[in-house]
Amino acid sequence: MPNALADLLSERDWLLADGATGTNLFNMGLSSGDAPELWNADQPDKIRALYRNAVDAGSDLFLTNTFGGNASRLALHDAQSRVHELNRLGAALGREIADASGRKVIVAGSVGPTGEIMAPIGPLTHARAVEMFHEQAEGLKAGGADVLWIETISAPEEYKAAAEAARLADMPWCGTMSFDTAGRTMMGVTSAAMVQMVGKLSYQPLAFGANCGVGASDLLRTLLGFVDAEPDLPLIAKGNAGIPKFHDGHIHYDGTPELMADYAVLARDCGAKIIGGCCGTMPEHLRAMRAALEDRAPGPRPTLEAISAALGGFSSALDGTEADGTGPAPARRGRRRRDA
Amino acid sequence: MSENDEEIILSDLSDEELVDQMMDDLYDGMKDEIEEAVRILLDRGWTPYDILTKALVAGMTIVGHDFRDGILFVPEVLLAANAMKGGMAILKPLLVETGAPRMGKMVIGTVKGDIHDIGKNLVAMMMEGAGFEVVDIGINNAVEAYLDALEREQPDILGMSALLTTTMPYMKVVIDTLVAQGKRDDYIVLVGGAPLNEEFSRAIGADAYCRDAAVAVETAKTYVARKHNQMSAG
Repeated sequence: MPNALADLLSERDWLLADGATGTNLFNMGLSSGDAPELWNADQPDKIRALYRNAVDAGSDLFLTNTFGGNASRLALHDAQSRVHELNRLGAALGREIADASGRKVIVAGSVGPTGEIMAPIGPLTHARAVEMFHEQAEGLKAGGADVLWIETISAPEEYKAAAEAARLADMPWCGTMSFDTAGRTMMGVTSAAMVQMVGKLSYQPLAFGANCGVGASDLLRTLLGFVDAEPDLPLIAKGNAGIPKFHDGHIHYDGTPELMADYAVLARDCGAKIIGGCCGTMPEHLRAMRAALEDRAPGPRPTLEAISAALGGFSSALDGTEADGTGPAPARRGRRRRDA
Repeated sequence: MSENDEEIILSDLSDEELVDQMMDDLYDGMKDEIEEAVRILLDRGWTPYDILTKALVAGMTIVGHDFRDGILFVPEVLLAANAMKGGMAILKPLLVETGAPRMGKMVIGTVKGDIHDIGKNLVAMMMEGAGFEVVDIGINNAVEAYLDALEREQPDILGMSALLTTTMPYMKVVIDTLVAQGKRDDYIVLVGGAPLNEEFSRAIGADAYCRDAAVAVETAKTYVARKHNQMSAG
């Protein structure tokens, strides 16, 4: 299936994605508690500005303001009946900005998690998850998104449901998980296990990887875990600009543009092809990342020591890939004992 | 490996063996077995409070530690908590009847704008697993909803959760309102959620930041004990 992102991936050695959506909108006056997606209808100029800021800072790809645009999330704001509309508008505003940029810029339709736990441990069935993601995907497609961008997923079941929705919508897709718990996702998935899981999907993404999580160093360790599991697809790195700090009533991330520039170059050296930021990554960070990727020569694969020296320490000593990272949780006690 | 080889007859075990077995079964999330074992111990004359503390809470403490240490993850913990819940459902009315000592009470909810409730649910379950009474006011709570629940429930602890950087500052709105109404010191305020940290919790005036559900339980125990000591001293 021909599409703009596949073309760009074949033409270029690396692509710069965008930075934060939430942090930027917050700075534009989004109040704590409001649904950012409603701004696609109510404050279109602010959403245009969000997208344009990323494009002007050098992003080759940006995510639409539709992260929470599934029925489960929008229900919180009693907007569950507006899934198609809000996603279509979010993508259409993106299309407008991308087409006016004068270069090839990809509109990636952001699809975040449902926030629910999937069966059998939780209440959300596979069929219902697919239905919700599909509804959102159709809205993004109608608005002109080039690709679906599934992100911040913790559960393999939810990742698979979103992949199936992409197939139903006949859309190319990318999908990243968030590794925020001792180097694994909240549900215990290691980087190596994700490579295996993605490899088995019948409807393959164009690229996959990691976003958000803890800080930039952790994200690169996850990236090295992907590479060691020998994936067949291009890798995505979208890490947070450091750690959140609270200042005068608002959140500010402690990662400087210089740190994120180092992170971008290290991410490329680790093997990422699509490199961007996540929470806390502002246009000035993106500019520094673009300049560093253009000016600095690619280097050898960095060691964990080099990563922590440049970007700070890791949040946990291990990340689950040490022995046999593809299994579930390591070192379980015995199951039901047989002799007392 | 036929099933017969593995079958354990719970009622054949001594008390000590049965309690060990319950800890394993909690760890493996085996609800039916936990319920059966609770009934056996009741039949053997154990007090509901002893079953709660020596078997269930002790077993969930192991689960909590392995969760904290990155050995268990959310799916396993949810299964364990579900098994615990099965046992608690049997014990709860009996604990009330026998006037067993209370561990403490917590009102917990996710702040306005945030529908992420996985972490909050996990804390609620682990707190129940530790013997606390938990009133879960759900997701998307405005400051009024917190105040109403505090007034109604008179808990020892207020727990707030946020998973988004866009929603975490709302915790400060709640705490500032409590301060303005002179009620801040009536409660232990614990906060948690992926984007939070210790520094944030100090900046907004919470008592403590809890990195995960296991830490929340430990922190709650410490603060409630401290509060009780202060009360008996004063």
